[in-house]
Amino acid sequence: MNLKRNVPDHDERMLLNTPFHSRLQKACELNEWEEWKGYKAPVIFTDLAQEYFAMRNSCGVFDLTPMTKYKIEGPDATAYLDKLMTRNMTKQRVGQVLYVIWCDDEGQVLDDGTIFRLTDKRYRLCSAGRHMDWLQCTAPGFDVEIIDETAEVAALAVQGPTSCNILQGLGWDGLENLKPFNITHFQFGETPITVSRTGFTGDLGYELWMPPHCAEAFWDKLMEAGKDRGIMPIGSRALDMVRIEAGFLQAGVDFVHAETTVRSGRTRSPFELGFGWLVHFDKAHFNGRKALYQEKTQGSPHQFVKLDVAGNRPAEHAFIYNKHKKAVGSVTSAVWSPITKTNIAFASLETPWGEAGTELYAEIYFLRELKWTREMVKCSIVEEAAYNPVHRRAVPARCL
Amino acid sequence: MATDTFDVIVIGAGHNGLVCSNYLSRAGLKVLVLEAAAQAGGACITRSFSEGFAVSACAHSVSQLHPDIVGDLGLESLGLQYAVKNLKTIALSEDGNHLSILGERVEGAQLSDSDRQAYGIFYNRTKRFAAVLANLAGKCPPRLVEGGLTEKLSLFKLGLDIRMLGKTEMREFMRIATINIFDVLEEQFENPLLKGAISFDAVLGAHMGPRSPNTVLAYIHRQMGSLFGFAGPALPQGGMGTVTQAIARAAVANKVDIRYNCPVKEITIDHGRAVGVVLQDGSTYSAAQIVSNADPGTTFKGLVGYPKLDSGFARRVENIRTKSDCAKLHLTLDGLPEFTGSSDAGQRMLIAPDAAYVERAFNHSKYGEYSSAPAMEILIPSVHDASLAPQGKHVMSIIVQYAPFMLRTGWDTQSKQAFTNIIVQRLARYAPNLPGLIIDSELLTPQDIEQEFRITGGHWHHCELALDQIAMMRPVYGATRYSTPIEGLYLCGAGCHPGGNVMGMAGKNSAAAIIKGRST
Repeated sequence: MNLKRNVPDHDERMLLNTPFHSRLQKACELNEWEEWKGYKAPVIFTDLAQEYFAMRNSCGVFDLTPMTKYKIEGPDATAYLDKLMTRNMTKQRVGQVLYVIWCDDEGQVLDDGTIFRLTDKRYRLCSAGRHMDWLQCTAPGFDVEIIDETAEVAALAVQGPTSCNILQGLGWDGLENLKPFNITHFQFGETPITVSRTGFTGDLGYELWMPPHCAEAFWDKLMEAGKDRGIMPIGSRALDMVRIEAGFLQAGVDFVHAETTVRSGRTRSPFELGFGWLVHFDKAHFNGRKALYQEKTQGSPHQFVKLDVAGNRPAEHAFIYNKHKKAVGSVTSAVWSPITKTNIAFASLETPWGEAGTELYAEIYFLRELKWTREMVKCSIVEEAAYNPVHRRAVPARCL
Repeated sequence: MATDTFDVIVIGAGHNGLVCSNYLSRAGLKVLVLEAAAQAGGACITRSFSEGFAVSACAHSVSQLHPDIVGDLGLESLGLQYAVKNLKTIALSEDGNHLSILGERVEGAQLSDSDRQAYGIFYNRTKRFAAVLANLAGKCPPRLVEGGLTEKLSLFKLGLDIRMLGKTEMREFMRIATINIFDVLEEQFENPLLKGAISFDAVLGAHMGPRSPNTVLAYIHRQMGSLFGFAGPALPQGGMGTVTQAIARAAVANKVDIRYNCPVKEITIDHGRAVGVVLQDGSTYSAAQIVSNADPGTTFKGLVGYPKLDSGFARRVENIRTKSDCAKLHLTLDGLPEFTGSSDAGQRMLIAPDAAYVERAFNHSKYGEYSSAPAMEILIPSVHDASLAPQGKHVMSIIVQYAPFMLRTGWDTQSKQAFTNIIVQRLARYAPNLPGLIIDSELLTPQDIEQEFRITGGHWHHCELALDQIAMMRPVYGATRYSTPIEGLYLCGAGCHPGGNVMGMAGKNSAAAIIKGRST
């Protein structure tokens, strides 16, 4: 009997590698990975604080290849998207990016994402979840083709105050003039790379879309170009901190996808997530219109708020109470923000407890030397995101 | 270009559209009916197909027309007369030893006493079950959840009706309502002809074989006719067109404006509300409420368009089962055919010698083929009605099952002729002199029926009558109770509760829903 152990990795999770994997693996000293839509994605490379500050003070690079990407193309692509999305899509220019949400028949949010108008009749939709079924279900009556191109497009987010300078080092002159939510194209050798001034960090930053074959070479070139400007690969944990600071909601965390929600009352409408500004009734029919119009006139059962929580303990998953000590909701995301020195939380509350000026308390539990302690901490509702620097929007981009 | 204003526009002058318009105008509304064809009636018409002959082109007998509608609209004084009522059903046997059924009475074919007794019990039981459906047929089906007091009472009444059947009967109702007719027949009867005839009635018009679920339900649905005064089918004098002509006359008397040759191209929708229609010639009409007598597929996919409907709803509409397996064969005859062992060719004759024969006939349609040994319902209306054929000649109207909507090889002149030959050869086994009498023939496949009568899938019930598509589920969630996701757009056709056949209750109930909708 051959006693040599010869069973190859039979208990491994069969995750896909992104085109940047060889470089990620080399950089991922902690070897902490998580599953992201079937791909292996790093959680932390070396040190969370370092990654966080790289994004706020210099430049962080995040591999967003696993983000779901759909190519939507055809003579009716605009009309199709106008029905799919709550936003008026007929106003989007070629070369522009829009933040969008879309709803089911009941006006409950299925997901959010960004839509890139690449040409007159061709778009790219980027979303957290997979939605081919719903996208196809919306297609009858439109001359449009929908293709999942997640694996065909490698993508990097290059984010932080020095990001523009670093990318200019690749010979990309004029990048500084690219406005937020706009798209341009540059060459990397023979390969065209699409660049958008977008991101999930609330800072100056770009997202780069390229064919997978040049991914590794591009990574190496980028790291070389950025080595004097503090470039650093970052994982999902650091990204989570900065997106909360920037006031960005995350699907599956701050709300659940309506399509996969089982219990009634757990889904949320755009109005219940603070996305009323994304719902345009004065356009052609869109999914959920009737239900949303009714909700707009009759009021929503929930309100979504940003909270400034006293103290410095993140109010993760905390119940929120009103002044009568009645629980009126709970926190969906929370973080201590190192750069603004504030304790931030997002919460979904029952109406009307999300009105500005309402007296609220977060119930925070924490373990202190093996003893669980409970604190009722005062919170106040804030309108603006905690971190919103001027250089995020400046055109031309400030080069450091 | 029309400048007249109307309260309600009804799309389609089928029997339900006309019934609906009658009740609407009686409530004081100004109603315009737009019909694509040159005459009223939809699938309930009499038309010529061969020089000197006329035939009921789609529906060919009356077995469920609701007496309330006949009474309310005074149809008898407006020309609705029957050439014959309560036709017997003759289950044909090749050897001439036929079975004859009328109401609860059955005789012939060496029927055993136990079968005779069992049939009486079966007939009366299904009639009692049909009474539960008939009670529901007269009103808007209640919402299952979030209903008001009236609907809760209506649901309670439905439950009570079932409970009032008695403990044994209720148990039997719950047991058989969802299963297939084949199993029930095997339990209760011996005679193959009897089983064949009942199983045929349970699958008539449907994409179902006797072993398909929902066939008991379909039989019970058909049994509602016995509660509306039809122990057997009736033939209107002048063909089925007489029924709709009478309803149209009532409508005109009620000041309904009916316009023919006005095919509607689309329903105009403004911010989620139906505001009018556009005809194929480009003219437009507007009204606060639009009612569609067309089937749900035609209405939502064709006239509204999926882009104007929520995706989930559009998917449900797309998934409605609408494909028919029924063909219609019309023959003009140079004399009355002689059926072996029968002297009464004026009755309703069936070729369904046993339930397995019907099931085997169905098998073909599952795979896109027509039956090599089809089951049939045969009427020779000219026996009772001289207006349909020249002196001494006759017209035969046959419902043939099964002919799939989508024939694998495609429906063309060749396949239609081949299928016609199969049908005629099968008929000749029962009436040997028939082939020699044929002057002319016309075969309407489900595709022809779809085209001529503008019914998606050519299904005469518009949507299959099955548990998932009846009552408060009919035709689909989101468009039940006659209203639709589009404000001001209503349905009134056979695709609504309580379904197809020439009954008229969908039109009547829809009118009530529309009138109620205006007041709230």
